[in-house]
Amino acid sequence: MSAMWVGVLGTSAIAFILKFMGHSIPEKYLTNPRMLRINTLIPIALLSALVGVQTLTDKGKWIIDQRLAGVCVALIALRLKAPYFVVVISAALTSALIYRFK
Amino acid sequence: MSRVNRATATQSLSVSFTVGLYGIAFGAAGIAAGFSILQTCLLSLLTFSGASQFAIVGVMGAGGSALSGIATASLLGIRNGLYGLRMAPVLKVRGAKRIIAAQVTIDESTGVAIGQEDLGNQAMKYGFWLTGFGVYFFWNIFTVLGALGAQAMGNPSAWGLDAAVPAAFLGLVWPRLLGRFERTLAASAVLLAIALTPVISAGLPIITTALLAVAFGWKVRP
Repeated sequence: MSAMWVGVLGTSAIAFILKFMGHSIPEKYLTNPRMLRINTLIPIALLSALVGVQTLTDKGKWIIDQRLAGVCVALIALRLKAPYFVVVISAALTSALIYRFK
Repeated sequence: MSRVNRATATQSLSVSFTVGLYGIAFGAAGIAAGFSILQTCLLSLLTFSGASQFAIVGVMGAGGSALSGIATASLLGIRNGLYGLRMAPVLKVRGAKRIIAAQVTIDESTGVAIGQEDLGNQAMKYGFWLTGFGVYFFWNIFTVLGALGAQAMGNPSAWGLDAAVPAAFLGLVWPRLLGRFERTLAASAVLLAIALTPVISAGLPIITTALLAVAFGWKVRP
């Protein structure tokens, strides 16, 4: 089985187990305020890290290219409260244009 | 249909459609990361949790191992367990129904359900199921469209997909950056992950930033 398949099936299995556990465990076991606080912060750290790595690195090296321009435009779009698809498309357009003409 | 239910239904369906549209970005991201159309669609059908799905394709697309991808995705999936904890006493379901309820326990179904709290338990249930099924339907339809579209495009860089993927992540994290505290955490995570990238193998720099979340969350916020 390829690594991709392991990733797809493993992620799916654990995702379901986590969801199902929530529905099956009595509430009193999981209400530690520190755990709850950390849990809301984990997505912020991981998603931000993904943005950084996908924008500024390639194959384990630091690289500045058209992606950075695209993500900067996305950042501006978000600041202007643009809808999600405008954010994504404006990033793609910027990056594609620079890639084509650089 | 009563008046109460109509308000809940409208909210559920508009959330379902808008969030479902994100599926296009995910479908395209899966293909750009080197996953097949089938694998990308299975992630939406089986994992069915946007942030986790983006994480596995993001980490593995950047050359990370399956293990670090699964670990990152699973850390992001913990919150669904907490949503289940919140929803279980509202839904009171067993057996096959509980399995289905678990699968559609995500940010949106829980969010809409909690939003109906003032309207009573019945409206909460209604909001949960309608939003859960609604997002499931649209998310999967749009994943297929995004994957097919990206497949037809060929070279991801020529179409800007290489920037669309991090922009899609940015759009996911943006609403969570409520104050200085959250923004500091986000900036620290970006810096740490980039700094570690040339040093440790792909995928690990991302999951390492979970430690930052632990450090930031350990103390009570000022």
